[in-house]
Amino acid sequence: MTQAKDLSDNSRRKFIGIAAGVAGSALIAPGVFLNQVKAKTDSDAVTNKVRWGMLIDTNKCQKGCDDCVNACAKENGWAHETGPEEVKVQWIRKLDLKNKSTGREVSLPVMCQHCENPPCVDVCPTGASFKRDDGIVLVDKHTCIGCRYCMMACPYKARSFVHSPVENHDDYMPRGMGVVESCTFCVHLVDKDKSPACVTSCKENALTFGDLNDKQSDISKRVAKEASRQIRADLRTNPGVRYQGV
Amino acid sequence: MNPVAFFRSLSMTSKLGVAFAVILLLIMVTPIFAEVPKPHIPTAKGDQCVEETEFMRRNHMDLLKHKRDLTMRNGIRTKKHSLHSCLDCHAVFDKQQKVVSIKDDRHFCNSCHVYASVSIDCFDCHSSTPIAKDKNSGI
Repeated sequence: MTQAKDLSDNSRRKFIGIAAGVAGSALIAPGVFLNQVKAKTDSDAVTNKVRWGMLIDTNKCQKGCDDCVNACAKENGWAHETGPEEVKVQWIRKLDLKNKSTGREVSLPVMCQHCENPPCVDVCPTGASFKRDDGIVLVDKHTCIGCRYCMMACPYKARSFVHSPVENHDDYMPRGMGVVESCTFCVHLVDKDKSPACVTSCKENALTFGDLNDKQSDISKRVAKEASRQIRADLRTNPGVRYQGV
Repeated sequence: MNPVAFFRSLSMTSKLGVAFAVILLLIMVTPIFAEVPKPHIPTAKGDQCVEETEFMRRNHMDLLKHKRDLTMRNGIRTKKHSLHSCLDCHAVFDKQQKVVSIKDDRHFCNSCHVYASVSIDCFDCHSSTPIAKDKNSGI
């Protein structure tokens, strides 16, 4: 029932989106559009005019390099995680894949894919797991009860549970024991018009972050021209993170 | 007759009754002698809080909760009514001019919450001190 409602809601949104796009994109001069997205100020609420996404070029991503992982851990305060190895918090991880028939190897970072239809949100019994209007999927730790249904539901194994008490709290990314957490696209930076830590830390420039709804953004221009794919696109979660070269 | 001799002359039941009455009387008068001192509220930066002091005393938790949801769900990051701003103005410093954390009873939030015996879990996750100026964040 809920799913049927969601689907109809989504298709309605799509129609309204197309209608608004046609109506709103008045051309005032060649190449200048009226509907360009302004930077968000502190008092503005996020809107669904923006859909944050990331394009990861695995052709540039180096095997053995974990700069993005370290930058994330430092920015979000999970660098000094204590406790047993197998339950350590992991917001982003590097995967090395090998095609056995061709021998081609590829290395790629995997984190929360910020799905349009996030399974973690569907299963959350308290509404703590939610999707912001701009497409960023978050855990509201104030209402999370630590049941970990979302961890089970996530096809990307993107979420972690905090098993140990957290000391030295970070100013911008509050963390504590007993709740689930995952990549936030560095929402505290994105709200200040900055890029996530993994993107700025990549020396190879393999990660591109931007607004998928803004046709003038780098990411939109690239996904319009270059081949890219979503992981497990068959699940139709429509992730905001796309990969090239896998 | 002195009180001790009088007490001895009573029957067992009466003795118990008198003992009970004395204990009851003691319990009733004890708070007069052992009054808990009123909390010492540390002074803050500036002349005026974001709202009237009386209003803040009763409603600070509602303001914080409202702002919490606005920030978490809608990405509204204004400073008014935010926990960061509370900590900025209400930071308490020790004799070495080092800012005290929630582990210290002198912390602004503790000064009342210990007195009222209200435990808060904000600082299980949030930092209880103002944002350090040398904070090494992308912000």
